[in-house]
Amino acid sequence: MTDNYDVVLVGAGHNGLVCATYLAKAGKKVLVLEANATPGGCAATREFSPGYSVSSCAQWLNQLHPAVTRDLALESHGLQWAARELASISLDLDGQHLTQRGDHVEGGNVTAADSAAFREFHAKTTKFAKLLVKAFEARAPKLVESNLTDRLTLIKLGLGLKMLGRDDMSDLMRIILINMYDVMEENFDSAQLKGLLSLDSLLGSHMGPRTPSTVFGYLYRRVGEVFGHTGHAQVKGGMGALGQAMAASAQAAGVDIRLSSAVASIDVDAGRVTGVTLADGQQIAAAIVVSNADPITTFERLVGLRNLETDTARRVSQIRCTGGTAKLHLALNGLPRFTGLDDRQLGQRLVIAPDMNYIERAFNAVKYKEYSTAPALDISIPTVHDAALAPAGGHVLSAIVQFAPYEPEGGWDAHRETFTQLIVDCIASYAPGIKQQIIASELLTPADLERDYGMTRGHWHHGELGMDQVLMMRPFPGATQYNAAFDGLYLCGAGAHPGGGVMGLAGRNAAQEIIKRGAAA
Amino acid sequence: MMLTTPFHSRIAAACELNCWGDWMGYTTPNAYIDVELEYFAVRCTTGVFDLSPMNKYRITGPDAEAYLNRLVTRDVSKIRVGRVGYTVWCDDAGQVMDDGTIFHLAENDYRICAYARATDWLHWSALGFDVTITDETAEVAALAVQGPTSCAALTAMGLTGLDQLKPFGLTEFDFEGESLMVSRTGFTGDLGYELWIAPHKAEALWDKLFAAGKPYLIKPFGTHALEMARIEAGFLQAGVDFMPAEEVVRNGRSRSPFELGLGWLVDMNKSVFNGRRALQQELARGSRYRFAILDVDGNKPANHSFILKGNKQVGTVTSAAWCPTAKTNVAFAQVEMPYGAVGDELVAEIYYQRELHWTRVLAPCKVIDAPVFNHPRRRATPPGNF
Amino acid sequence: MKKYDAIVIGAGHNGLTNAAYLAKAGLDVAVLERNSYIGGATVTRELHAGWKYTNCSYVCSLLRPEIARDLELPRHGLQVVPYGGGVTFKRDGDYYGNYYDHNRQYREMARHSKRDANAYERYTADVMKQTRLIRPFLLKRPPDPTSLKLRDLRDLADFAGSFMEMGEQGLADTLKFWTKSVGDYLCEYFETDVIKAHLGGSGIIGTALGVFSPGTAYVLLHHYMGDVDGNVGSWGVARGGMGAVSGALAASFQAFGGEIICDADVDRIIVKGGKAIGVALKNGDEYHADVVVSNLDPKRTFLDVMDAQDLPADVVKKAENFKIRGSSGKLNIALDGLPTFQGLDKNSPLMLGDMHFSDSLERIERAYDDWKDGTWSKDPYIDMLIPTQTDPSMAPPGKHMMTVFVQYAPPKINGGEWTDADKDGFEKSVIDQIARHSPDFKDLILHCETRTPREIEAEVGLTEGNIFQGELTFDQLLFNRPFPGYAQYRGPVQGMYMCGSGTHPGGGVMAAPGANAAREILHDLRKPNTVPGGYADD
Repeated sequence: MTDNYDVVLVGAGHNGLVCATYLAKAGKKVLVLEANATPGGCAATREFSPGYSVSSCAQWLNQLHPAVTRDLALESHGLQWAARELASISLDLDGQHLTQRGDHVEGGNVTAADSAAFREFHAKTTKFAKLLVKAFEARAPKLVESNLTDRLTLIKLGLGLKMLGRDDMSDLMRIILINMYDVMEENFDSAQLKGLLSLDSLLGSHMGPRTPSTVFGYLYRRVGEVFGHTGHAQVKGGMGALGQAMAASAQAAGVDIRLSSAVASIDVDAGRVTGVTLADGQQIAAAIVVSNADPITTFERLVGLRNLETDTARRVSQIRCTGGTAKLHLALNGLPRFTGLDDRQLGQRLVIAPDMNYIERAFNAVKYKEYSTAPALDISIPTVHDAALAPAGGHVLSAIVQFAPYEPEGGWDAHRETFTQLIVDCIASYAPGIKQQIIASELLTPADLERDYGMTRGHWHHGELGMDQVLMMRPFPGATQYNAAFDGLYLCGAGAHPGGGVMGLAGRNAAQEIIKRGAAA
Repeated sequence: MMLTTPFHSRIAAACELNCWGDWMGYTTPNAYIDVELEYFAVRCTTGVFDLSPMNKYRITGPDAEAYLNRLVTRDVSKIRVGRVGYTVWCDDAGQVMDDGTIFHLAENDYRICAYARATDWLHWSALGFDVTITDETAEVAALAVQGPTSCAALTAMGLTGLDQLKPFGLTEFDFEGESLMVSRTGFTGDLGYELWIAPHKAEALWDKLFAAGKPYLIKPFGTHALEMARIEAGFLQAGVDFMPAEEVVRNGRSRSPFELGLGWLVDMNKSVFNGRRALQQELARGSRYRFAILDVDGNKPANHSFILKGNKQVGTVTSAAWCPTAKTNVAFAQVEMPYGAVGDELVAEIYYQRELHWTRVLAPCKVIDAPVFNHPRRRATPPGNF
Repeated sequence: MKKYDAIVIGAGHNGLTNAAYLAKAGLDVAVLERNSYIGGATVTRELHAGWKYTNCSYVCSLLRPEIARDLELPRHGLQVVPYGGGVTFKRDGDYYGNYYDHNRQYREMARHSKRDANAYERYTADVMKQTRLIRPFLLKRPPDPTSLKLRDLRDLADFAGSFMEMGEQGLADTLKFWTKSVGDYLCEYFETDVIKAHLGGSGIIGTALGVFSPGTAYVLLHHYMGDVDGNVGSWGVARGGMGAVSGALAASFQAFGGEIICDADVDRIIVKGGKAIGVALKNGDEYHADVVVSNLDPKRTFLDVMDAQDLPADVVKKAENFKIRGSSGKLNIALDGLPTFQGLDKNSPLMLGDMHFSDSLERIERAYDDWKDGTWSKDPYIDMLIPTQTDPSMAPPGKHMMTVFVQYAPPKINGGEWTDADKDGFEKSVIDQIARHSPDFKDLILHCETRTPREIEAEVGLTEGNIFQGELTFDQLLFNRPFPGYAQYRGPVQGMYMCGSGTHPGGGVMAAPGANAAREILHDLRKPNTVPGGYADD
């Protein structure tokens, strides 16, 4: 191992590994430093109870960019699928469940008109998502100080917009900034369908269906389908296996990865990055430092606000980044029974979001730093497809919970038990008997996610995916196009364009930017 | 309702013209008896100006020096304890937010005097630093005592040894049991001092100063007279000669230190300070404007004039005055690059009015290399007996 | 039967403005008004003997000065008087006051937080950057970004040019501003709850969104972009109530030879051969004209007075989806004297302005949660004004008139119509909130007119009682107002136009939609333009 690295990359999250691999393939000598003992960041698998393992952060793979899978040859580095093309089932208390798969929706109280409207809506939003992909696959263009690259992106986007045709173009411009609630009301009657789709628009964020920007959130999620993910996929061995595959790919490309090596600071001098200092005091010099950490961690903790100019420090401190999502893991001694669901259906993605007002009320709570008394849930029972995650006969239930505050009044210790109970009660109302099956449980609050995965205030996307913080505003004006504040300092994580989710584009775009700048980087 | 300064009772008594202005919400005298006579007190005897409304901020704590160094353009580590430094500070775009003085009072203890209110910016700038910022504008009363006999007058008041104080030095005296800080600073370009004291001693200080200064022909002077003196001495006024960057609404109306002729205050060797990145780019790319002191033909002050090169408008005047000591007609101008280099010959389009009759003159003018008033007594230590 | 060159449906301020500019161009114009009085939501009405209620809109700032001057409104009796002041009362007995004088304002703010007082200067400059951007477009039609017509491309280039002028960072900041919530925006400047709440109210007035809903920073701007005599952001009262605005517009219109017909309730716009040819009243009368202009909101226009079979299907759908949600109500109160308020001197200039009782953004947001739940706010946000301190003409000497704008009030209560009991409950929540801070208030009430969205819709005709004729959200602004493809005042039928607040630049007593629509109509008729452009560089 040498210390002469071209690039030091902080954090072996999926974007970090993607970025590192592309850089290594372009001939750069890259060192990745990871604080945790395993690579992958939020693509993680963890044994939360003896013998029971779970994807402890992200649980579905539905947005990974195909070029990343291909270029990193993930499947030949160990990525295996436990299940693919899973449907989403919106649960109903009476067992009248609604199933959505691609552009097809059935069951529940969905009418023929709703079905047809959904097909049309799906087709139209797919077109919109395709346009977004054009913006996501390149760095966010500058508008005033645009150079040729930016102008090409802008022309591509402009043409793409025009190619939608007059009606769709104006419809996109009408809805892109507004809320899911209104768009759902315009299109559908089924409360269940509206609930399901609006939950999709805000998972991992701090918004309700009525919050303007959620239509963008929905399209953001739909980008996954443009990438070929026609449903939700489950990685064999949990998401940690994806992290392992990415790490293996990176190493095969010549990247050095040092685990359990926390970076204490990113060092700068006279407007240039000079390297990093590890928690143990070791200094590693590099002309380029790429941070996979979120922008607040990067600038506040690693670079230090005092090393930034005031306005930049102010912008960092004003990034909207407060998580509202928790994760619940249950170890079960048997397969749970949900009213009206057969075994095959149990392996799909199960959603509790009966209607939009339900989600909106759940969101109301978190605005005031309270947890939802009737939370919306995105549930996976991974052991249906991947028995190895639990001892024989045992099962795991994993739920994404909207909403939980980062800092509830009195601290989480005062609420953890009550909230866990409340979520379990909520699930039990759809799966009577589940309570008796629970062997162990684990609640990861936003504060826990921050502690375990280094995401500031537990925000999945490293900063709210609101319209004020995307594209040329991500993470904040002046820090777009991956390079920020210092020559040689780059961001490659979810806090950079296009944003969060296991997509890999932030890492890929950042690598492309660094490679393109060449010596000027 | 306006606020009054701690000296108000004395000022009101002396202000025969009853001619007042508004300075940061304080009632301040524009003129006491006659602007020209007040001006000559500064240049010939001793003039006294109440600068209590000046915004004053105290910066203390272990990171005080590092904090200030990141805040302002010059190297604060070079301002030793007991010294004062003039500086500017910029936003991230390298545009001047304000100019002012930094007083190094003691280890980890500084005072910043500023034209504009700066609490908000000072606090934002403190992110990541261990410092305490206190607005002490109302807690410190201040007088500028300026003019050739000022040292003598102050010494007569009992400030023994003041003649040893060098320009930009500061020292402390006891005044009736209260600390009286004196700095050799000012905004007139003349020999002069600034006195800083707790408000409850303000009136006593005024009385003692005027009693002791009587033989040295001490007089109070107002804002209008100060304006003449500072233009003659080549000092910029925030809000007049440049817009504080944070107040600028129209993109492009702010100025960098280089564009204000204040490049000498910028220390690019510092690793980080506000505006550094932008100023480095400006040095590489070139500035948009140049600050020029113009010697204008004739005796009509060129206030608000357009500056022409041939038929082309290349700049505007920000401040102008006939300078009674230098007997020169001076104007400060913002001139578009590449015009306005020293020696450049330009034309000022001046409009003036006599008995309601307006006349337009095209006055030739020339960019000069230094302020027109620059007397050695300003720097001499001891200042000598004038 | 007489045939006019143009008929304007609705004698609201935009209808009258539109009609005045058409008449000024020499057209023979009639304005048809359903009520027995003109003004629409710009009215003064004597509902209690001796008291004039300015019972819908109640303050004036947005009225374009170019129009007021051009139509000689002052000569026709309009006087707009700035009032200054304003206060938000706190639950702890203190208050935050908004003084007219800059220095006093600073000191009052500094009393709560020196940092906020200083930050306010930055805030003012930053908001001004945004108002400067938007003001030049108030008296212009919005460009159509999907069009390839020369005029649209030119307008679009103009529009883009103004954005580009702000610089990369400035432009990004603008985009951020437009997409941010007023709550988040204010938190970037201020630390004091009451100051944020005082300023934040402007972000939600007339809008069915909360202070933490993205997009509300723009609504704030909508309340800042007006001016009184060039004082951008400042507000005034029209002497004699807002009816003075419509009165002056009517007089100006009539001076150009126009005709106003009251008690003329339009049943439908008559369309023949794909062309609007006139209107039929409920009483069977018909009026014919080459041009028919609707000052009604888009829903009323396309779903009520026009027949679906005369319209393209997409227009009907767009009108159905158009968001025009009732979010506010109003109390107009006759007072026996000037009430006293907690901690304020009777002569305090703070009482001259808008008074509020919501001392934190959270309280305003919780008021919105009630609206989302289908009920009126139990702890409402109110904007209260006693204009008789500035304008003596509206109540007998020594007596006062109080106008109380209340948010939130939903168009329906839990999906059902408002009942009288609901209305009483709504009224009580408002009166109680005021009385908590004013001990003598209840005893001074001589008469109270309470208007929920139900009354506003019934009397003024604003669908769901929405004061802006449609939400000021991005899907309904600029080239999307009222809907894409129809944002240039032309209706889907030849000869039919829109001129109400449902068109660009939106609601408020601005008169710009009416004027902009007139410009387009005259353009189509190949008549010389009579509508002025905006003043530059404000």
